[in-house]
Amino acid sequence: MSGTSASTTTSRISSFVILIVLITLALSLVALIFAAAVVVGYFKVGTDLTGAYVLLALGFLGIAISTYVLAETRRRLSKLKIVIPPVMTTVECRKCGVKNVREFQRGDYIFKETDPCQKCSDKMLITAIYREVKEKEKERFPF
Amino acid sequence: MSLITALLTAQTKVDQFAISTGDWSWILNIAFYGFFIVFIFYGQRIQMYVMLREVEVSLYKLKFIKEEGRKITVETIKEVGKPQSDPTDKIDRFLEYFTIGPQNLDPAGVVWKLEHILDVRDTRFKDEVKLMAPASDETQVNNLENTLEAASALNFIYKVIRHYYLLGKKTLSLYVIMQIQMILPLVMREAEAYASALKAFAYGQPIGDGAGALVAARLMHGYETRKVAKDCVVATVPYEGRTAFVIKAEGPGGNVGKPGDAIKAVIEENEGKIATVVMIDAALKLEGEELGEVAEGVGAAIGGPGVDQYKIEDSLLKYHISVNAVVIKEDIGDAVSPLRKEVFDSIDKVIERVKQVVVEKTKEGDKVIIAGIGNSIGIGQ
Repeated sequence: MSGTSASTTTSRISSFVILIVLITLALSLVALIFAAAVVVGYFKVGTDLTGAYVLLALGFLGIAISTYVLAETRRRLSKLKIVIPPVMTTVECRKCGVKNVREFQRGDYIFKETDPCQKCSDKMLITAIYREVKEKEKERFPF
Repeated sequence: MSLITALLTAQTKVDQFAISTGDWSWILNIAFYGFFIVFIFYGQRIQMYVMLREVEVSLYKLKFIKEEGRKITVETIKEVGKPQSDPTDKIDRFLEYFTIGPQNLDPAGVVWKLEHILDVRDTRFKDEVKLMAPASDETQVNNLENTLEAASALNFIYKVIRHYYLLGKKTLSLYVIMQIQMILPLVMREAEAYASALKAFAYGQPIGDGAGALVAARLMHGYETRKVAKDCVVATVPYEGRTAFVIKAEGPGGNVGKPGDAIKAVIEENEGKIATVVMIDAALKLEGEELGEVAEGVGAAIGGPGVDQYKIEDSLLKYHISVNAVVIKEDIGDAVSPLRKEVFDSIDKVIERVKQVVVEKTKEGDKVIIAGIGNSIGIGQ
């Protein structure tokens, strides 16, 4: 239950965006092939290299943009989920001090008396219910 | 070899359309001026479409969160309440409920009118929940009511953002789109907080807002409690040579009770002979402050619509009783989602601070009120 995540299964990427990205990607690849052809021509028959520079720039730019758009769309989709870290319940025996930490179960509440203690058979008590969040390393600010 | 041959063939094709260096510089110049002119005339419109796209992406996310919330609510009601018919229609109707605030053209008596409306709303909500989930007990009714309220809040947030998005799209007004795009990160944070609150309410887990109630529960545990106002309990606890009346909302069901009425009742019972009142509550932290930080001050530490704060201040003024506040800093997300360990760990610090306040501000034999404010979901006494 806790720690579960629900994510969308259906794709929400617009087909129009995909089409544009694929066309850009294809044109960029063609530009790179042409650039390579001009470079080969330069070595074989001494063709002017200016065109190759422009084609290379266009090719790489196109590939970079289309990859970025695809990655960004995927990132947005993967963020579509509700994730809650597991909630833990601490059960304690007030008499002998035995402590158990387990996952939260429906019906648990703080100061609820639960099953008898395995050591002294006194009733155990829920003393804590909390969730622990592992935070990413904080950005350091000078203030 | 075949690759080189293919490239050479391609090169021959490229050569057919070869453009000289001078031509390239012309093309680039024209392209540059073209972009410049397009951005002069259509820059704002492009910016607007980018903003609209951003709002649209967040709207998808909000829709997803809202649908998830509704799904969790339906599943919880079916599981806990065991209704004989499908409650989905009733839940959908409930999500659209609204409350109209009282008219305040003449502000005299507006607090009582507001209190009445809130009472009617609360009774109505509870009756609806009992109808939807007939097998649920009092605690579960309170938890389900909180779950439904969280789902309703998510539904409302989604509808408001959708309204501004569609309005912006229709009118193509930069200012309509801009204002919604600017507050969007804060709205999304709130929506995510409600989404995690919904799960906490559905399972009956203590939430960050209940930190005050938890402090009171720790102080009153083991002592006899009695009901003092609607959904509130009080315990008489010997405390550092004083008599402390410890008040909290009745748990473990999700409710905040009526601490205003409870404090007033205890003051009246003791004919105003109360040395001081200490209120403990969760407070919104500013960015940069540590989660679970404890701060101390004066005044009635209580949120909500203001009815309880008004009643507490009124009773304190009548008998000239001092009021101290101890707060635990949390952000909105932590306040409505399952209790964080950092907040739980700060409870001992709060108890120590309350003890310090009581010892410093009162003398032995005095009577004090210690009120733990907040939602007591998942917290017994």
